[in-house]
Amino acid sequence: MNRPIGATLAGTGQLVRLIVRRDRVVMPLWILFIALVPISYAATFDTLYPTAAARAQFAETSGSAAGFIALYGRLYGSSLGELVTWRAGFVPIVIGLISILTVIRHTRSEEESGRRELIGSAVVGRNASLVAALSATVGANIVLGALLAAAMVSQHLPASGSIAVGAQFFSAGALFAAVAGVTAQLTSSSGSARGIAVIVLGVAYLLRVVGDVSYRSGGTFAWLSWLSPIYWVQQIHPFGGNRWWPVALTLAAAMMFCILALMLSERRDVGAGLFAPRLGPAEAKPSLSTPLGLAWRLHRSLLAGWIFGFAVLGIVLGGLSESVADLLQGNPNLQQILARMDGHAGLVDVYLGSVMSILGLIACAYGIQATLRLRSEESSGRVEQLLSTSVDRFRWAMSHLVFSALGPAAALATAGVTAGLTHGINTDDLLQTLAQILGAALVQLPAVWVLTAITVALVGCTPKIAAAGWGALAACLLISLVGTALQLNHWILDISPFTHTPKLPGNSLSLTPLVTLTAIALVLTTIGTTALRRRDFPIG
Amino acid sequence: MIDALSAIGLVKAFGPTRALDGLDLGVSTGEVHGFLGPNGSGKTTTIRILLGMMRADSGSVTLFGGDPWSDATSLHRRLAYVPGDVTLWPNLSGGEVIDLMGRLRGGLDKARRADLLERFDLDPRKKGRDYSKGNRQKVALIAALASDVELLLLDEPTSGLDPLMEESFRQIIREEKSRGDRTVLLSSHILAEVEALCDRVTIIRDGRSVETGTLASMRHLTRTTVEAELTGPPIGLADLLGVHNLRIEGRCVHFDVDSASLEGALRILTDVGVRSLVSQPPTLEELFLRHYQQEDTSKVHQ
Repeated sequence: MNRPIGATLAGTGQLVRLIVRRDRVVMPLWILFIALVPISYAATFDTLYPTAAARAQFAETSGSAAGFIALYGRLYGSSLGELVTWRAGFVPIVIGLISILTVIRHTRSEEESGRRELIGSAVVGRNASLVAALSATVGANIVLGALLAAAMVSQHLPASGSIAVGAQFFSAGALFAAVAGVTAQLTSSSGSARGIAVIVLGVAYLLRVVGDVSYRSGGTFAWLSWLSPIYWVQQIHPFGGNRWWPVALTLAAAMMFCILALMLSERRDVGAGLFAPRLGPAEAKPSLSTPLGLAWRLHRSLLAGWIFGFAVLGIVLGGLSESVADLLQGNPNLQQILARMDGHAGLVDVYLGSVMSILGLIACAYGIQATLRLRSEESSGRVEQLLSTSVDRFRWAMSHLVFSALGPAAALATAGVTAGLTHGINTDDLLQTLAQILGAALVQLPAVWVLTAITVALVGCTPKIAAAGWGALAACLLISLVGTALQLNHWILDISPFTHTPKLPGNSLSLTPLVTLTAIALVLTTIGTTALRRRDFPIG
Repeated sequence: MIDALSAIGLVKAFGPTRALDGLDLGVSTGEVHGFLGPNGSGKTTTIRILLGMMRADSGSVTLFGGDPWSDATSLHRRLAYVPGDVTLWPNLSGGEVIDLMGRLRGGLDKARRADLLERFDLDPRKKGRDYSKGNRQKVALIAALASDVELLLLDEPTSGLDPLMEESFRQIIREEKSRGDRTVLLSSHILAEVEALCDRVTIIRDGRSVETGTLASMRHLTRTTVEAELTGPPIGLADLLGVHNLRIEGRCVHFDVDSASLEGALRILTDVGVRSLVSQPPTLEELFLRHYQQEDTSKVHQ
């Protein structure tokens, strides 16, 4: 490295501006969304557990429940601030994930698409795009931390603790941004770079889960938590100790990863990774002879990831049901609210029903993502070659829509089975419980299909704004999350297909809404595919 | 001769821009037809209409006598298309794409595939994301050429190839041509390539065909450059209609002459007495430039 480091950074400022401009919608949205989440927790806890005694009792029961410890981490105290921070224990992982996606999107994805070369040929240093992506992402995390702290203060929580939570979120985001900076140097494929970083995040989470759960039972693996940065940031103990050394530790680690990323970036060519790209087969297998065979190759790894994720979610959420029962027993307030939501079912059933409804909403994300693959195939120009063969548009569209329709089914069925098994072990009748919960998972499908079909219609009729399918999901998510709590007008609630799915388990299964929703999905899909066959191709 | 494809009066607008504005194109079976025009002149849009991916606003188009929009899939079994900007699936190897495309077209000649891989010097094991632009183009070209189809639609197929590979490409197209039953529509803005390969040429500009015919017939429309050393002064040459850019340096004359006046000009030269004579037929380059310069000056006059 003979050149001064400054020369390799020329143009960084302009690239930061480019990143901010490209992400001008997405970035503010996720920052705002995450900053608001803990506020809703604060409001909820304040209502449900208004007295110190009630909070202490809550901390007693749920703070020691294995399921909650796995999901959120250990609970270090029973003040309102501590409960809110604990309840938001999963948020640093979400922030880590978003930071990873943002960094990879602006580094390796840019190189893979060739845009990096275009920029590199201008007066831009070789490290500029890496430093710009890291700066923009860390900057976004600073804004997020500051907003969050301000929001918590506005909920009348102590300022020092609020700032500590902000620092907790910020340092988690910064660390995983730096991790992604390193993995972006490793492979020439953005998919693999993203995958490796997400695996690092997943391992960090798992280490904390195993360590913390082991700690609860006085086990020997409690030290594993210390290997996880997610545990580090929890050691800040906001509203309790308000300790600052974990922030320093995490940021030091982040700094090390940044330096490592820069060193790797110095030693490699643009477009190349540290690992040599793997070669593929010289000839195609017989299975790769049809559009469906191709679609399978394009969808399979993402689908496998989703199914795995749903299996884990099912285990965690199913395992929690027992703790939920304990929790509800001691809290008349909560019982009242749940009874208002659904008077006929048992409380655990209501919990399981709402869990499945949320899983259904999450499964929509896969359905929409798989459907939008049609658009990315079109705008990338790959579809042109395919459609110049004997493949017609309908067959091509269906080869992808099979995954949009059956992928969520597979994911939900998996979550239903794993949740059914973990919950079933705690009940008397494993098989019956399993069947009930699997059923509760599968009744979500028609609603999932409606949202997927909205996206299909958009891809067919208004391809340029097909991503608005995500907007439909966001609306449904909002209605589900705040609709009942705010006691919104019924016609607003009715917009979401998830309002109409039978509330299982605990209620009788009515077929009418399922059939109606499926029919709506079919009509929308037909509209979409018909328009797809009639319009010009490709639209960029 | 039967037309492999024909387009008459094609009009296609994208919002306010008219990509095609009355385009005519006819390609007979067995010929290699050059489709020339600068970037953005409507070549790709025309090909997309021929493939039934887009529908023209007006005008008529037939492919093998059928309607490319309504009979797309059956017509597509008889053709192979190489887009100008080839993008591949990042996680599929080149060999996989070649096989997939071949199978979707209804079969692939394995020996031919191996031969083409060697001649284009392509490693079929690399993943789509790891190929350069030229190599992506090779993948699409091999997939197209290894399929036994009647019509090849090639949209600027050599824009990413190096000169060595361009020569391989020309050689292969010449072989295809000598088979006699393959029709090729070769869109390009590289004149030398079209000159080397094509029987007939259509030149388009701003979505309209401005010239079509054999290279020979087109040359009639333009000027030949003549350079001669004479034994005496060329009397009367300057007054001859159709002689341009006349330069006399001692006994040497340089001039351009319209095809119609070529005979008269040569008569004057031979009357004086000729020591040496060099004449150059117009290159496609000049043809091309003349069309665009004319249009540009007429625009200025407006």
